[in-house]
This record gives sequence, C-alpha cells and structure tokens, in this order.
Amino acid sequence: MTTLVYDGTFEGLLTCVFEIYERKLLHVKIQKGEWLSKALFEEVIQVITDEKRAGRVLQGLQEKLSAGGMQRLYAAHLAGMDDEDIMLIGYIRYVFDSKKNVEEDYGNKYVLRLAEIIRMVRREKHRMEAFIRFQKLQDGIFYAAIEPDFNVLPLVGKHFKNRYADQKWIIYDMRRNYGLYYDLHHIEYITLDFATSRPDNVISSYTEDEGLYQNLWKNYFKSVNIPARKNTKLHMRHVPKRYWKFLTEKI
Amino acid sequence: MIEERIIEKLNILADAAKYDVSCSSSGSKRKNENKGLGNASNGICHTYTEDGRCVSLLKILLTNHCIFDCAYCVSRSSNDIKRAAFTVQEVVDITINFYRRNYIEGLFLSSGIFKDADFTMERLVRVAKKLRTEHKFNGYIHLKSIPGASDELMREAGLYADRLSVNLEIPTEAGLKLLAPEKNRKDMIQPMGFLKNEIILRKEEKALFKKAPIFAPAGQSTQMIVGATPETDVQVLQTANHFYKNFNLKRVYYSGYVPVLSDKRLPALHTSVPMVRENRLYQADWLMRFYGFKVNEIVNDTNPHLDLDIDPKLSWGLRNLEVFPIDINKADLQLILRVPGIGLQSAHKIVSARQFGKLNWDQLKKIGVALNRAKYFITCNSSRFERRDLTATNIKQFILSQSHSKFLKNATTQLNLF
Ligand code: SF4
Repeated sequence: MTTLVYDGTFEGLLTCVFEIYERKLLHVKIQKGEWLSKALFEEVIQVITDEKRAGRVLQGLQEKLSAGGMQRLYAAHLAGMDDEDIMLIGYIRYVFDSKKNVEEDYGNKYVLRLAEIIRMVRREKHRMEAFIRFQKLQDGIFYAAIEPDFNVLPLVGKHFKNRYADQKWIIYDMRRNYGLYYDLHHIEYITLDFATSRPDNVISSYTEDEGLYQNLWKNYFKSVNIPARKNTKLHMRHVPKRYWKFLTEKI
Repeated sequence: MIEERIIEKLNILADAAKYDVSCSSSGSKRKNENKGLGNASNGICHTYTEDGRCVSLLKILLTNHCIFDCAYCVSRSSNDIKRAAFTVQEVVDITINFYRRNYIEGLFLSSGIFKDADFTMERLVRVAKKLRTEHKFNGYIHLKSIPGASDELMREAGLYADRLSVNLEIPTEAGLKLLAPEKNRKDMIQPMGFLKNEIILRKEEKALFKKAPIFAPAGQSTQMIVGATPETDVQVLQTANHFYKNFNLKRVYYSGYVPVLSDKRLPALHTSVPMVRENRLYQADWLMRFYGFKVNEIVNDTNPHLDLDIDPKLSWGLRNLEVFPIDINKADLQLILRVPGIGLQSAHKIVSARQFGKLNWDQLKKIGVALNRAKYFITCNSSRFERRDLTATNIKQFILSQSHSKFLKNATTQLNLF
C-alpha cells in the first residue's frame, strides 16, 4: 500500500494517476494537502503537480470519454468530498483499462459511484439555486450568503448570471470563504474581509424596502400552508434544517 | 400603515389561492435575451410549505370578491369572509421584488369574478403585460383564463403568459351542476378549445417566421377536485385522459378536497383530506404519460378505484402475473418500465448497463431498483429467483409486510413523485 499526497487540485489528481501508471502501483491511498501521519514503514509519495504529466493524462481521458463525461469527472472532484478521490482514481483507471467507453457501465462500482457523486453534487447545486435568498443592500447590490455541503459555487454562477442579468449580485460561500460577484457584465471570484462586520448580518446596510419584502415573504409562506395537510416529515426532507439559517422564511 | 394593509391583503389573497394545487413553473423556455430580469426553464421549488408542497410561484388572487357561489370554493359569494383586492401595480411590485430576491420563479395569478368575465380577465392580462413590457420580466407567468372572457383577451393573455389554465374543478358535468349551478361546463371548456387551436396556429407561424411572438409556451393545464363529489377513479382518470388527448393539456392536477365549508352537498367539515387517493391519482397519471399505460389498464369497470394500499403499477402487475417474470437482461425497455419497483431512471440505466455485461441482483439494487417489489416480477443474471408459484394475494402480503407501513400511513402526498 502506497499513499500519494497531492495538493488537492484536479491537475494534481491527474498527476497522481500518471505516477500510478509509471510506478506500476497497484494498491494506493490518496490524501489531499500535507502529509501528517508519523507512522513508520509507510510508503509515501509526495506528488508534485506537473502540468505536462497532468496534460498527458487529460489527453488520454479525452480520447476515452465524451465531453460530458469529462465534465462530470471534473465536477465530482471539484465538489471536494472527503475520501472520494480514491474512487475517482479507480474510475480513471477503469476508463484507461477498458477498450470502449464505459461511462454508462452502471454495473461497475466506480462508474456507479461517480454517478452517485454527480447526483449529490447536482442536488446541492439545485438546492443552492433554490435556497439562495438575496438581500438588497444600499448600494443596489443583491447579497446572499451560503454554506453548501460541497463546493458547488463555481457551478451555480451561470444560472444566476442568466437569470439576474440586470442586477448586481454577490453569492458568498461562508464555509470556503470565497464568493462570486457579478457586476452586470462578468462574474469575478472574490474574498471578503469580514474582520469588522459579520457577513451573515448585513441588516445595517439594507435598502429601505428590504424589510418590507422580507416581511411580505414570511407572511406569504405562512399563508400558503394548509394545516389540514400538515406533513412535517416531508417538509424536513425537502428543506433540511441545516439550510434554514439562510432562508428568509425560516428565520 | 400602508405596509400593514398590503401585508393583510397578501395574507387574504394568498390564503384564498392556496387550494389551487398546481405549482409547476416548468415547460417554458423563455430566455433572458433582452438583458432584462429572469428566465423560465425548468421550474425550481424555492421552498416547501409545512405540508410538504413545492412553492415556486407567487400564487395569489387578484381579488377574492366573487359574484358566483360555487359550493366547494372559499371565495364563494355567500361565504362570510374578509374580502380584498390588489391593484395591478401592487401585484407587479411584489412579483418583481420577490423575484429579484430569488424567492420565486414567477407569478400565478387567478381571481374571483368581479362584475363579469371580461372585466376580470382584462385586469389579469394588464398585470402580465406590465411585467413583460415595462419591467422586461422573463420569469414564469401563469394566468387563469376566466370562463366566458372574449377571444380577444384570451389571445392577448397567451402572448404574455407562459401557461393558461381553466380549472374543471369537478370531474363530471353532473357534479358541477350540483355544486356550481351557475356555471356551465361548456363555458369552461370553450376557452380550452380556443387556446388549443391558437397554440397550434402560433406554433406553425413560429416555425415559418422566427420573429413571430411566442404564445403560451408552457401550454394549458387544469385542476380537478377529488373527493368533493362521488366520482370513481375511472371517471376522474378518463376525464383527465380525454383532456390530455383532445386539448393537448400539459398537466392535469388532482386536488384532494379540503373541507373548508359546511354545506349539505359536500363532505362534512373535519372529514380528512383524501391525500393517499390524490397521491395514487398522480401515480396513475404518470403511468399514463410516461410509462405507456392506457387508462383502462389502470382502472376499469371491474376495478373502478385505485388501490389505496399499493401503487397502481403494482396493482396492474398483480392483475397481470401471466406477463411475468421477465428477463431484465433481454426484455424491451417498454416492458421493463412496466415492472413494479422500477422507475424511469432505473429502467434507462438497466438498458445502458446491460450492454457491458449481464446484471445481477446486487447491481440492480445499486442502480436503484426497489427489489422488495421487483423481485417477484423479474429474473436476472443469478440462479436465485422466486421459484414458488405465488398468487397475487401472496405477493401483495409479502410486499406489504416488508414495507414498514409506508403504504398504509397517510403520510405520502403527490410530492413523492418528483
Ligand atoms: S367562480 Fe371561482 S372564485 Fe368564484 S366562487 Fe366559483 S370557484 Fe370560487
């Protein structure tokens, strides 16, 4: 068993694949970031991300996968789920070791796992598209804070840009401390310095009518409920509690 | 003060609109090409009510004043309730501001009838027109077509709205006579026929001239209340089928009657809402639209009602055991779709995956097949399969005993489908 340690980037992951084939490694573990374990006798390789090597693996993958298949693999890695890198490596190896395109071979555990990861990522992306609540600030910017389970912010930008083409907005991932800012033309990645103000509390800089519309929305949410049909379990399944703190109607 | 009044209006007019269960905001493809506000594609549920229903549109009445007295409706003229009416501008402002904050996908505007059909319809159309032209709003707009409104107004409505609907409310003519004697079914169906033809016409025009305006791109839908009158499921589903076929409806919604009024002609107050029946109707509706089932395969004169304890596909499977078992590695997609416990997604995955090798139980389970039901109806790449010669009753008992009363509790609603 050999442990590969890499920097967490997609290129890094592809470099790991290169190493595996070059050194003919059979059983590997994979880890992001720093190597921390002090245990002796462990085989550890610190993989340095190498554009050329990653590029060759990428090219190989592109020959075997459809464009959509590549995107799914990329999105699955981008999501940053714990302990899934080994499944992704397994998937890539299976792709290379098979003669034909195996994207739809759902009988294989790696292919199926990738499909599951993508389903989870998509669901989180949809949830963000649904649950983001903008608050209008005095300078006209619409601001929303989120804490998605996975790193899906890069995946939602397009949706919001298409929809809110005529308003400036910021969507900020509090957990990963970065955000998207749309200035009516382009989307930029930003990080905000919250040393002085709490990011999820921007009430002091609301526009005048922000309070009115939040109030109307809360009332609307209450009015549409039909008590005779109450079904809390179903409600909680659709809107899990961890999302509530950013939902205007739930605060 | 103004704030309080507008909140009160919203409470009254949202409350009165909530019994219309259709909430869909999908089926349109309106793009944001004018750098305006919004787009409409696959509807998003922005939140869920505490009874678990999707909230995707601002669903309100323009007014709950009404000259009619339909027994099943909270807004009926003889009901002693608070009345209110929005101005056109108020509806526009709330819609835009909710939309900008990502609360909603758009507006679903309905109304009680004040004065007459045209007077009411004209105001609904004015809201939609203002949103589209003054605010460059490309979000979803669903307007209720008021029975009896002029063709001219209906045509204008279609130019601004994504979807139009007339609610049949009561599945049969006799039922309607009983509960809404002032209404007549012909008036309700007439606008549906008009819109159907108009939609076809505009589509042809659009095919010829790219610049031709889009017309109600998400089509028409309707709603039927179930459980207010004694119709059987055959009657309900045949009516639905009739409208899908002859009026090209996109969706038929089924709304379990919520007893809000006491009236001799209606189920008593405190009768529970027929939520399981409603759920079964939606499942049957899906079988008709996506699984290739015909109405009379699902319900017929021998089986006029859907089973409440098991889903309609399982019922059909148990009545047609001679079709099974089928070999999952060979059968056509159409047949796989008919297996209880296999959904659309799983069926397609099976057909893709089996090209790479024969599938066994384990793989089927991982793909998402509900084996507790499916195992009685299929064989796969395994020597383990149901060899006993079980009767339909046996199978049903086995399945029910394993299913942790999910089918028996009143907890499921239509939303489980989506
Ligand atoms: S016409 Fe419509 S709003 Fe008026 S009572 Fe009948 S169902 Fe209700």
